[in-house]
Amino acid sequence: MTERTDAIVIGAGHNGLVCAAYLARAGIKVVCLEAAEAAGGMSAPRAIGGKYHFSGLAHAAYPISRAMRRDLKLDQFGYAAGPAIDTVALDADGRHLIIGTNRVSGDGLEETDREAYPEFKKQYLAFTRALRPLFDNKPPRLKNMQVADTMTLGKLGWNVRLGLGRESMYEFLRVAAINIYDVLDELFADERLKGAIAADAVMGSAMGPRSPGTILTWLQRLQGELNGPLSLQSGDRLQLVQALVRSAEDAGATIRHNAHVARILVDNGKASGVELSNGEVLNARIVVSNADARATLSTLVGAPLLDAMFANRVSQIRGSGVVAKLHLALSGMPKFTGLSEKQLGHRLLVAPSMKYIERAFNHCKYGEYSEQPVLDIVIPSMHNDALAPDGHHVMSVNIAYVPYDLEGGWENQKQPVADKVIAQLGQYSPNLKSLLVEHELLTPRDIEEQYRAVQGHWHHGELSIHQSFMMRPLHGAAQYDTPIEKLFLCGAGCHPGGGLTGLPGRNAARRILELGAAK
Amino acid sequence: MKIDREHFRQSLQRTPFHDRFDEKSTSEEWMVWNTYKVARVVDKLSTEYFAVRSGCAVMDLTPMEKYRITGKDARAFLDRLVTRDISRLRPGRVTYVVWCNDEGKLIDDGTLFQLGDNDYRLCVQHHQLDWLLISATGFDVHIELETHEVAALAVQGPTSYAVLAAAGIADLEGLKPFDAVALRLKDIPVLVSRTGYTGDLGYELWMEPSHALQVWDAIFGVQGQYDIHAMGLSALEMVRIEAAFIMPGFDFNTAEATVRNGYDRSPYEVGLGWIVHLDKGHFTGRKALEKEHSRPPMRRMEKIVVDGNKPVGEAYIYDGKNGKRCGEVKCGTWSPILKANLALADIEYRNGRLPTDLWARIEYQRELKWRSAWAACEVRSKPFYDPEHRRATPPARI
Amino acid sequence: MPRFAGNPAKAFSASPEKPDYRAYTLNRPRPKACYKVTWFTANNKESQASMNHYDAIVIGAGHNGLTNAAFLAKAGLRVLVLEKNPYIGGATVSRELHHGWQYSNCSYVCSLFRPEIYNALDLGRHGLKVIPLVSSMTFKQDGDYFGSYYNPNVRRRELMRHSLRDADAAIRFDADVLRWCRLIRGFLLRTPPDPGSFRPRDAFEFAYLLKKFHELSESQLYEFIRFFTMPIAEYLENYFENETILAHYSGGSIIGTGLGVYSPGTAYVLLHHAMGDVDGNIGAWGFARGGMGAVARALASSFQTHGGDIRTDAEVAQIAVSGNRVTGVELASGEQISAKVVISNLDAKRTFIKLMDENILPAKLVERARKFKIRGSSGKLNIALDGMPSFPSLPEGSPLTLGHMHFTDTLRRLEKAYDDWKEDRWSADPYCDMLIPSQYDPSLAPPGKHMMTVFVQYCPVQPEGGWTDEKRDQFGQTVIDQIADYSPDFKDLILHAEIRTPRELELEEGLTEGNIFQGELTFDQLMFNRPFPGYAQYRGPVRGMYMCGSSTHPGGGVMGAPGANAAREILRDLRKPDSTPQEFSDD
Repeated sequence: MTERTDAIVIGAGHNGLVCAAYLARAGIKVVCLEAAEAAGGMSAPRAIGGKYHFSGLAHAAYPISRAMRRDLKLDQFGYAAGPAIDTVALDADGRHLIIGTNRVSGDGLEETDREAYPEFKKQYLAFTRALRPLFDNKPPRLKNMQVADTMTLGKLGWNVRLGLGRESMYEFLRVAAINIYDVLDELFADERLKGAIAADAVMGSAMGPRSPGTILTWLQRLQGELNGPLSLQSGDRLQLVQALVRSAEDAGATIRHNAHVARILVDNGKASGVELSNGEVLNARIVVSNADARATLSTLVGAPLLDAMFANRVSQIRGSGVVAKLHLALSGMPKFTGLSEKQLGHRLLVAPSMKYIERAFNHCKYGEYSEQPVLDIVIPSMHNDALAPDGHHVMSVNIAYVPYDLEGGWENQKQPVADKVIAQLGQYSPNLKSLLVEHELLTPRDIEEQYRAVQGHWHHGELSIHQSFMMRPLHGAAQYDTPIEKLFLCGAGCHPGGGLTGLPGRNAARRILELGAAK
Repeated sequence: MKIDREHFRQSLQRTPFHDRFDEKSTSEEWMVWNTYKVARVVDKLSTEYFAVRSGCAVMDLTPMEKYRITGKDARAFLDRLVTRDISRLRPGRVTYVVWCNDEGKLIDDGTLFQLGDNDYRLCVQHHQLDWLLISATGFDVHIELETHEVAALAVQGPTSYAVLAAAGIADLEGLKPFDAVALRLKDIPVLVSRTGYTGDLGYELWMEPSHALQVWDAIFGVQGQYDIHAMGLSALEMVRIEAAFIMPGFDFNTAEATVRNGYDRSPYEVGLGWIVHLDKGHFTGRKALEKEHSRPPMRRMEKIVVDGNKPVGEAYIYDGKNGKRCGEVKCGTWSPILKANLALADIEYRNGRLPTDLWARIEYQRELKWRSAWAACEVRSKPFYDPEHRRATPPARI
Repeated sequence: MPRFAGNPAKAFSASPEKPDYRAYTLNRPRPKACYKVTWFTANNKESQASMNHYDAIVIGAGHNGLTNAAFLAKAGLRVLVLEKNPYIGGATVSRELHHGWQYSNCSYVCSLFRPEIYNALDLGRHGLKVIPLVSSMTFKQDGDYFGSYYNPNVRRRELMRHSLRDADAAIRFDADVLRWCRLIRGFLLRTPPDPGSFRPRDAFEFAYLLKKFHELSESQLYEFIRFFTMPIAEYLENYFENETILAHYSGGSIIGTGLGVYSPGTAYVLLHHAMGDVDGNIGAWGFARGGMGAVARALASSFQTHGGDIRTDAEVAQIAVSGNRVTGVELASGEQISAKVVISNLDAKRTFIKLMDENILPAKLVERARKFKIRGSSGKLNIALDGMPSFPSLPEGSPLTLGHMHFTDTLRRLEKAYDDWKEDRWSADPYCDMLIPSQYDPSLAPPGKHMMTVFVQYCPVQPEGGWTDEKRDQFGQTVIDQIADYSPDFKDLILHAEIRTPRELELEEGLTEGNIFQGELTFDQLMFNRPFPGYAQYRGPVRGMYMCGSSTHPGGGVMGAPGANAAREILRDLRKPDSTPQEFSDD
């Protein structure tokens, strides 16, 4: 059976849906193929024991940009950012810090730090704002530029040179490519505060606070904050995914579930459609892949159809997951020493100092897991009773650093990792262990299997400087088009990278429309 | 292959034929080729040159890099590697190929032997393992360097057929140009290919290193009946220019080792457009070459005959006498058989056309005194020297 | 010659009567300086009045200070160089710290020194000879070794011995690194443009920068950015597969830095060490005959030929400023010397925090000086040997003892060494760059004896609890033990060892926190950010005040470029003809 359509989008993760929705709204006939039963990719819901619900991998995120909400009418289709949450930097002695978007408080916090924090946020948000033209557009080429590329660079230059002001520009140029460790050390005294900020800069990356490039990952994360405060992805409603599905379908896009793409069909250097694993062939004018760039190019297309050095560079893309996810089903509300019940609704962070994070990072360089990992915890059931049976709770924990390639293999080491993390949580929450009903640990290897992200990497590729902008996922395919004509990329592996932003999907759709490729 | 920890004690390796060359060498002119010591001139350059053109010359080819390519995807791998359509290549045949990088710039050229099903040998001038392995990503293919495991001898010249037949190789008469078959020289297994880099009748013999001296001795055993000479690389340089064969690393830079942007060359630019088959399916550099092909040519390697007899080794080419500079000579030689001054020159085209009035500005010395002279150039479209007897099968026994 | 044999632990506790194997310490009477400099001023017949007034004063007789002074003097200025130590050279120094031995106890090899400066200051005629080093090698733990020989045929076969693929990949690697070197070298003898300025000159410099980049193809441009921002380990993995080869090539990328082989940005540091050359052989290193002090001696001699004065034992206490202008300097002795121009060869932190009054400086500058990253990460051992140590891993007669010798054969060991430094410990299994230059240079040690220099990465600025002599000796012992693992007779040959940690480098050479580059070579401190944004054009915050040390563009290494660039800016401000050289081009 063959069908013909304008565009096939491979993968109904949020970027795939955004891209499909934008294309559909431009009058293009889109079919979005999702291998799993439900749309949503890494933010698709999952449950353990049938009655404890989680939001897949993404448990907290920033709101979607206003422009995208307007373009795709997301609010109309039920989108609302989840409940805004602060961050609680947990301290072993119960002297926790509460960190909001522009204020920080807690026992033993020095006045200078309290005052410096809003200043710091203000400055870095200004830097982020200056970078906006870069994030909101396809990355400009540095040679053989088109007008649009020149415009992007021009706006960027204007923002940095004139928008920031002279001193701020100097500071921006100084810190742009360096590590967050040195910068935070210059600004703050409190180890807990520095640890909490640094943890956000490195979470999801195979980098420690001392790794140069972590200011950039931090700025990348702050992009989201321009849209609003960090909010909980509470699980059952999954507003974003649902709204995107409805928006896409409303515009005429079709979303097919359980449709696993086995390969992209290429005819004389042009993508012509896809073949599903059941042998079904679908033809289209263009194919857009939300899958990992490595998977798309090396597996779905295959190296033989690419130029040799390009294929080799695809195989050199770095992105080995270092974060594991632990889901806990609890029979009651956990108590955390020094935290009120209300505060349990916030994000809890175990990253007591930058040194602590750096030490945790050291292990993953050698294929070991961290004995003292960085933990990023939310208890979504504090906001939504429907996630667990009456009086029960669900807790979701991101664990860094847990390597994809564990020395000695994952087979017998999953349980010890989970046990260690649960024991560590017990240091902060003495009753946690007694409440534990069930748990599920997703190692990067599990993430690779279940979410088809190569090496279980959140962002489909490390967000290091040399894999960012016009080098993301790799040069030669950084403007969403690939050496295979009519084949486009739209996933987190593309500029501007991971996170629940939808930007890669939107930029890709705009690029496709600009080229008139689907007509 | 095993390399000794103490290899540093000897700068240059010896080929299996080295002892024989050493015995014959009166000029003691040696040079380095791929870390081997080989003869530049064995006895006398003109003798070696005329051995190729009128008798039989024997040259050591062992330092040539040889790669064995096997595996399920060997054919698909080679097809993606080279620019030429090799779909008609069969076991027992050889073809001349070039390959490019992603930008469509030449990396190297070589001869591709199909030895059996999914079994190939690629013989090249430069080190290519890095590029071959880069290209192998995604293919089920096994690539092995066998330079040091295969000894090779070129036997070239109008009497080369007669010499080899007399030396004891049977069944040679049916061998057509670019055939390669496993034969025996007396009892010794030898792969014989009718290939060469001289533009004359000739064969290349491929054997195990342990048989190398026996093969040599068998060939030189008929020296009484035929005029046979060991030959060095200087004579080869002369005859290959007469045949208008290009030499990677001398006539063009190999792309992966080119430092300056724009100093590499495409197959079209060196005159090898005839083995670029854009319609054969995907190969590395196709997109770039397609683009280049659709544009008017920027430059070409041209075969030129330079007026007069002044050596033209290093010279600029001008558009018109005293005109604008438009190119440079890459290699040149005085051809003793044509009595002409031959050169291959890299010429910039003007508006997609070859300038019509080419002149070379030649700087030369007479008794240590530098002089310069203008010489008109004539462009040729065919090789300078391409004798009929080169193609005859069976070859004449003269 | 007394000879120490036996247990090295005992050696460190040796009483003063025992053989002199103890580390050279500061509280001892200073041994005679190898280079007597008192005559520099003794010959000066000028009147007292003019002795206290100069056109320009350079603070610090390091190689950049001397280079700077020499160019100023060459342009006709009356220049005085002030040095706090009794000897000149700063970190480019050779001293007889053990009788009969010359220790180049800081910098130890020479390659980055710009040939343009060598030529313009006629250093060859002033006695400088740089002899190329012929090899480098890494010992493997399994008893084998990897050598990088000067002979291209042998080098290729040695690569093939370890990996056939890597031998071919090395060709691509060499071409790529050469391409980046050619690009970067174009910026060494130029003043970086100021992104905060709209002056035509800065616009011109930016245009030059863009032009240089435009010479690359589009993909080369991206590859260059990647190279510039990548970890060295990852960069090399694009070429090589053999663990020993990866470790061997990575070493140069961490020397002097507070980064590990997996830290982004280290690939550039490789370039910083590879872009040097000896007579056109890019990446080649050389020995200065007579030790690195010979570089300083030749510079001083060239400087004096142009009429310059040098005073040693003259520590500057403060740069004197009146209004918004420098008026001269005040020595620690209280003596005042006036000058229109004062140039500091000290690192930026020292210059602004120690030599200048904070109250007259812009607050932002003081803050930047405080934040300036200048963490030391290296140590050094200088060892007098009773004979040539043997290395059983190497075949008899191997030329590899003539060059750099390393003991770290995996990336993992290199990175672990860095992990130690992050925890303020010295590396338990350090990366060492060991050389025995007396094999080339008979002037360094008595006949039959040898002088060994061991550069050690990593060594913390302050181990927990601070440095003590015991800790320093333990650090030295770690290194000696590592060498002895590969050379059984090594310990018995040791006659004297000088062990230097960042503490010693700061106290003697005045390198803040013992950083050999006068400031880390990270992105925030390169080009127009070096030393601070807005102050990267060698000018200080007050008129007449300049910087010329390695804290300024293009950074550390015995390069001379900061000194020459600063001289160009000074002469420009004084409207004097430029005496500094233009970059040699190879196109």
